[in-house]
Amino acid sequence: MNAELRYAYAVAPPGLPPLPEGLRGVAGTVPRALEHAGLTAVVGTVPADDFAEQPLRAHLEDLDWLAETARAHQAVVDALTEVTTPLPLRLATVHHDDDSVRRSLEADREELAGTLDRLAGRVEWGVKVYAETDRAQRRAAPAASPSAAGAAPEGGARSPADAAPGSGRAYLRRRMRAVSDRESALDEAENTGRTLHAALAAYAEDVRLHPPQDPRLSGASGQNLLNAAYLVPREGAGRFVERAEQLGAHDPVVRVEVTGPWAPYSFVAPASGRGRHAGGAAAEASS
Amino acid sequence: MTLPSRLPGGGAPASAGERGSSLADILERVLDKGVVIAGDIRIDLLDIELLTVKLRLIVASVDKAKEMGIDWWETDPALSSAARRDELSDENEQLRHRVAELEGRSDER
Repeated sequence: MNAELRYAYAVAPPGLPPLPEGLRGVAGTVPRALEHAGLTAVVGTVPADDFAEQPLRAHLEDLDWLAETARAHQAVVDALTEVTTPLPLRLATVHHDDDSVRRSLEADREELAGTLDRLAGRVEWGVKVYAETDRAQRRAAPAASPSAAGAAPEGGARSPADAAPGSGRAYLRRRMRAVSDRESALDEAENTGRTLHAALAAYAEDVRLHPPQDPRLSGASGQNLLNAAYLVPREGAGRFVERAEQLGAHDPVVRVEVTGPWAPYSFVAPASGRGRHAGGAAAEASS
Repeated sequence: MTLPSRLPGGGAPASAGERGSSLADILERVLDKGVVIAGDIRIDLLDIELLTVKLRLIVASVDKAKEMGIDWWETDPALSSAARRDELSDENEQLRHRVAELEGRSDER
């Protein structure tokens, strides 16, 4: 058995320019181009001790190893994105040797070439919208006068018990107000998110909506309302980012996070149910 | 490509190469997106316990997640107004209890 395996990062068009010197990928090894069948696979040589099925399976259960490997994979894909439009492969695509990689390229040649054509010259931008409901509550907190409540649940009666700060009713009222502040902040953020998505979608050739990220993993503050990917021509990138910033800037309960440019990860699969995804936010906005 | 690094949110990094993208953003893409070609070492990432238990909430695509019975965002108050109403009425219920309890306690005094 071979003590070394091939880790494949991406498929790119033929004639790949040289990669930056000093670029290291998974397992700290140097990625290189392997041209075949009118395509380029970008591969690295990795030790079988870590990347054969058993050890790889075990490693993937280790969050530190996974994080390091994912970042190394992404570093190579990022470097490729600077010079071409790569099709990133799923993490941990491992072959026995170069010949086996060539056979994979051959087997999927038409589809890979077609996808490369479709995406050439495009990059992906990620945009996430968060509702900062804590901020909204802080904003509302100093306005403690009764009129600021707006919607007192049972209007009218203002007995001394209501006014006493320690009373159950005052407590209830404060809590109700906090809940309704949070509620309206979320509504506001949702609206801003929809407006922003509709405006950005107009700049993009294609759009994918991803499930919002779970803060337990992302560690981000606020509630992730929108997690979208936009396929944008490389040269339109500056305008896109600028627009995304502008659209989020006016609303204090909203935080907009732009990431990219990414290789077009979210768009390698042909759009399935595109109408539903792309039209969804706009349709909901009118409801 | 270089872009001006003035993204909202202060620390948010600006361009692919130099930005320390969040691990969640990277995992979301490298685990769930990207082209699948048949390698020789075949591991279904969904068989990996760490990923299924800890990460699949975020890496799973909407449809795939629904297939796996993960549709938490449909009941997540941030994402569905129906769920938010539920949360509100739950909270109201709790508050009513608390008020009753507090008022009961002050009567005893």
